[in-house]
Amino acid sequence: MNIIDTLVQGILLGGLYALFAAGLSIVFGIMRLVNLAHGDLIIFAAFAILTITSMFGLNPFVSALIAAPLMFAAGWLLQYFLLNRTLGKDILPPLLVTFGLSIIIQNGLLEGFAADSRRVPLGSLEAATIPLGAVNIGVMPLLTFLSAIVVIVGLNTLIYRAPIGRAFRATSDDPVTAGLMGIRPQRIFATATGLAMVVVTVAALYLGTRANFDPSAGPSRLIYAFEAVIIGGLGSLWGTLAGGVVLGVAQTIGATINPEWQILAGHIAFLAVLAFKPRGFFPRAVD
Amino acid sequence: MSSTAQTWTTKTGTRASGLFGVAAILVVIVAAGAPFLVSRDIVQDLFFILTMLVLAQNWNLLAGYAGLLSIGQQAFVGFGAYSMFGMVILLGVDPLLATLLAGFFAMLLAIPAGFFSFRLQGAYFGVGTWVIAEAVRLVVAQWKALGGGTGTSLPGEARKAMFGVEFLKDTFDMKTSQASDAIAYWFALVLAAATVLLFYRILRTRQGLGLAAVRDNETAARALGVNAQRMKVFVYLTTAFVTGITGALIYLQKARISPDAAFSVTDWTAYVLFIVVIGGIGTIEGPIVGMIVFFVLQKTLSDFGSVYLLILGFIGIATMIFAPAGLWGLFSARTGIQLFPIRRRLVLNGSDHIAQNTREGGFNG
Repeated sequence: MNIIDTLVQGILLGGLYALFAAGLSIVFGIMRLVNLAHGDLIIFAAFAILTITSMFGLNPFVSALIAAPLMFAAGWLLQYFLLNRTLGKDILPPLLVTFGLSIIIQNGLLEGFAADSRRVPLGSLEAATIPLGAVNIGVMPLLTFLSAIVVIVGLNTLIYRAPIGRAFRATSDDPVTAGLMGIRPQRIFATATGLAMVVVTVAALYLGTRANFDPSAGPSRLIYAFEAVIIGGLGSLWGTLAGGVVLGVAQTIGATINPEWQILAGHIAFLAVLAFKPRGFFPRAVD
Repeated sequence: MSSTAQTWTTKTGTRASGLFGVAAILVVIVAAGAPFLVSRDIVQDLFFILTMLVLAQNWNLLAGYAGLLSIGQQAFVGFGAYSMFGMVILLGVDPLLATLLAGFFAMLLAIPAGFFSFRLQGAYFGVGTWVIAEAVRLVVAQWKALGGGTGTSLPGEARKAMFGVEFLKDTFDMKTSQASDAIAYWFALVLAAATVLLFYRILRTRQGLGLAAVRDNETAARALGVNAQRMKVFVYLTTAFVTGITGALIYLQKARISPDAAFSVTDWTAYVLFIVVIGGIGTIEGPIVGMIVFFVLQKTLSDFGSVYLLILGFIGIATMIFAPAGLWGLFSARTGIQLFPIRRRLVLNGSDHIAQNTREGGFNG
């Protein structure tokens, strides 16, 4: 069945978008910071994985394991030394600084890797499929989707069960009072961005192995992540999965009608949700 | 309470602003002669400066005064430019008239764009406008009559027949390309001067005061009866109109269009954002200063390609962190000079004496 196949592929694609969105969502949830460089950081991580893979001849999954702590450190430093300085009542500084960062990462990657399209090689796994009745499910898309679920369960456990999560929530609610309780908000924010960068690395692994990417590919990843967050509803991690799935299904349906309409169909779905359900499907945040 | 009949009036102009006003008029008059005085390359540079200045003033009004941090202004640049091309190619409208009309099309687009993006707050509003610009780009790329994804050129005959070209060719012995460049340049000069004057006027009215109040404290402003939402919609539509005309004008001069170029976030929003922030957001002088800095940077660094953008990104970030009021803000804070003063001061009639307490707590910070 063609329609079932389209739906399944769309849902699995949604897993990738949920991975894009989860990092954006936690940074916004904890710091009220919209990181416009989010997509470029995903592409940056993909280049990091590609470099480690080709330099040491490693399996991309192992490369991602190496890249993850490096990205955590990069995120921590970025937040601690730069982005923390922009937080406050005025929303212009974080917006402009992350926009500047986006331009810097894009052009830095362009200098370092040229404008060519790249892909992280994955050998036989790239095309492997599992026949499931009428549809063939790709192993990598399935792994992507399962990883998205694992990441969301993991993040939810961390945020709502672990001590560090309590610190995240406390700092998010009221940094001053949290500070009085012995929490250092600056470090909590840095840790949160570091964590988001680990999620970014996971997203980059699946982006880099399933599709071509180049230094200018960041902004569209940011837009998909943003659409998934808004469709799902601000502040809910499961919402980002729902949002990702809606976006993925809309794009695959659009693509079956006309390949040129894939991205446009996703935007239209986003605008439709904005028109009829402006707070998304699973809103959590009050603001 | 003194019983003497002292009468006080409010005044916004200063001696510096008065002198500057005279100087500015002279500069505009001299600039109008440029096509006769300097080479075509320089006229094109001046055209670039003027059009980017208009875009910067528009973004400044949006972000610096109405708090609308749009990163989707390329929607109006691209849509304005494409509607101009559409009118010229499909309907045979004169390019100059089509450029003016393009503003109305951009404003028409701003109605649905605003309907969607105004549902999002703060930074999410910004990303929302970006998504809308992307959606418009993808739709326009499907417009096969205007070349689809690869774009199209403005027909040479249309440029030849453009209002004024024949006259310039006959009277001043110009070539067609030279004449149409000169016309585009004069249009840009008038547009830039009109935009600065119009925005300065808006900011000095009651509505402008309301706008500044909303920017500084929306809750307080609304409590005092300012209709914040209406002000924002007004600014959004006005800037869409002017941005649309500017987009059409830029592509009238380029004479070749493609969706990727006309809806480029780097060219029409990133540059503009950096110009405004480096110069000083929330002042009319800021974008002018920023434009000069931007142009000098571009001239000196353009050979370095992507390094140029890299440096621009670093300068933008450094400005935001270390001097959020921008270059003009630094200068103005040191010297107290304002070329476009908005603050109302209480002045004793018949003297230049300024009441002390009105010096403080203005809304120009």
